Amino acid sequence: MGRTLAEKVWDAHVVRRVEGEPDLLYIDLHMLHEVTSPQAFEGLRMAGRPVRRPDRTIATEDHNVPTENVGVITDPVSKLQLETLRANCAEFGIRLHSLGDIEQGIVFVIGPQLGLVQPGMTIVCGDSHTSTLGAFGGLAFGIGTSQVEHVLATQTLPMAPFKTLAVNLEGTLPAGVTPKDVILAVVSTLGTGGGQGYVIEYRGQAVREMSMEGRLTMCNMSIEAGARAGTIAPDQVTFDYLKGRAHAPAGADWDAAVAYWSTLHTDDDAVFDKEITIDVGTLTPFVTWGTNPGQGAPIGAQVPEPESFADPAERAAAEGALAYMGLAPGTSIRDIEIDTVFVGSCTNGRIEDLRTAAAVLRGGRIADGIRMLVVPGSTRVRLQAEQEGLDRVFTAAGAEWRGAGCSMCLGMNPDQVGPGQRSASTSNRNFEGRQGKGARTHLVSPAVAAATALTGRLTAPADLPNRTEA
Amino acid sequence: MDPFTTHTGTALPLRRSNVDTDQIIPAEFLKRITRTGFEDALFHRWRAQPDFVLNDPRFAGASVLVAGTEFGTGSSREHAVWALRDYGFKVVLSSRFGDIFRGNSLKNGLLTVVLDEAVIEQLWKLIDADPATEITVDLERREVRAGGIAVGFELDEGIRQRLLEGADDITLTLRHADEIAEYERTLPAFKPNTLAVTA
Repeated sequence: MGRTLAEKVWDAHVVRRVEGEPDLLYIDLHMLHEVTSPQAFEGLRMAGRPVRRPDRTIATEDHNVPTENVGVITDPVSKLQLETLRANCAEFGIRLHSLGDIEQGIVFVIGPQLGLVQPGMTIVCGDSHTSTLGAFGGLAFGIGTSQVEHVLATQTLPMAPFKTLAVNLEGTLPAGVTPKDVILAVVSTLGTGGGQGYVIEYRGQAVREMSMEGRLTMCNMSIEAGARAGTIAPDQVTFDYLKGRAHAPAGADWDAAVAYWSTLHTDDDAVFDKEITIDVGTLTPFVTWGTNPGQGAPIGAQVPEPESFADPAERAAAEGALAYMGLAPGTSIRDIEIDTVFVGSCTNGRIEDLRTAAAVLRGGRIADGIRMLVVPGSTRVRLQAEQEGLDRVFTAAGAEWRGAGCSMCLGMNPDQVGPGQRSASTSNRNFEGRQGKGARTHLVSPAVAAATALTGRLTAPADLPNRTEA
Repeated sequence: MDPFTTHTGTALPLRRSNVDTDQIIPAEFLKRITRTGFEDALFHRWRAQPDFVLNDPRFAGASVLVAGTEFGTGSSREHAVWALRDYGFKVVLSSRFGDIFRGNSLKNGLLTVVLDEAVIEQLWKLIDADPATEITVDLERREVRAGGIAVGFELDEGIRQRLLEGADDITLTLRHADEIAEYERTLPAFKPNTLAVTA
């Protein structure tokens, strides 16, 4: 019987396989950031262990960094955490892109940008959104700090076996519907636990027609369905994205790599443990109304009645979510008023996302009382956007244009949503208090975020006067 | 890691589903660089509400958390496990856990046990009727006992052995350093090197 893409990549990385034990997998790339690494380095020091492969390891500063006045870190606790990363990377010989460095940015934005993320690789990072990087056709897993220490010391991880889930995305995306809308619809279909134990492979016409950046957005939120990872078979779109990047193979290595990468697809006779199919041709912009990413609906829908959920746990979760969100069942989603708009994060902080948001905003002015933050995913994305004049579109519309980092996605730095305030956010989690204490989050696409900023209510670009598409 | 064989203690009923790791420990506490001392951060936002179950004196000293389904979803922050452990929890029972949280817990000697939702409901009722009810979690026999209830549970045998011995994963893996080195000799030249000088 044939194998799926995920099984091929897994099999190629087994260092040791013994009956009754988890496979020991080799890790091709280990990415680090300031939040989940300090205790791992401390563990190495206590045991007197070196980092086995500094040449397969890279670090950046993203979660905890200010996005304005970036030279000045006023919070002493944040400052200590960043200084600890710098000292650890110096001590163990690890490449680090610090604030102020042109390659600095969100870990999952800089990896692809540098060409370090390639098909067929195993990649880990102490961050659940490592799933993003599966978009190139590898296996990318989020891990905890104990596992970070394990990979630093051994360049391997013992991994429990996984199941395979095909998410078939048939049809072509309608105008105004983006990869973010698709993945919100997928997570809503699967639920937050529906992907548990599975590696998802996104397949079908809509995936083949999607840009590399759109694929990254989709794989990013695989974890929101509880999945171990998300992946997509590499194709010409993948190869074209990689060619010429700093760490992409060159010359004869490129040819050897492409020959290997071209074998990385699910065999015709392979069988998935589970499959779902969604016709994306009927999708409309999708937003969340609740406090987990599975609680979403099309923008034209109403906030649901908790009684409409058959499962008692889901019903109770919906009741709790609506109480926290301050929403009444039956409210039209388009009538929900917003205070804050955030465009950015490892989900939607790449150049195409900023272009989409700018296209909606161009020539317009954000509504009175709205605060809008646009935070590029990396310093290079910021520079590219400035070269294209996107920063001026944002500032002319009344938005704030910032430096690169995770920012308001998780509010570890000063960029937070105030208590009781409501945000439309292009990030990935609408958990209680995620963007700040008491903050209420609606997850949206960059196009919906920009249209919402213009009207002050959840809005799709097609709803705007004199506009027909995003 | 201390060995885990059997634990008996009183329980805290957390009747909520989808408790993500942002609720277990909010991001502001992730700036710390220590591995201990997170007890003050556990359920920090909910704890501010006087009627939150953690503030209920009837459950003071509980060491077994009996939680609703999908506990520990979301962020990979191991701080969530450290906060539960530092507060005094030894075991979490739920019908479903977030994968990364579960992996983290078992590496820190916090035993996460999957039980049927019906069993969780039964345990909640027992605890409600008598908060002094003790729950025993027996890793040697893979069994949870409380009141008249005795149910078995599944756990990967390798992980169970490691917990029983309190063994350290890294030490175990480093015993296979030769096999790792052998694998490394087969790596193709096109795999990226982060330290390579690029144009």
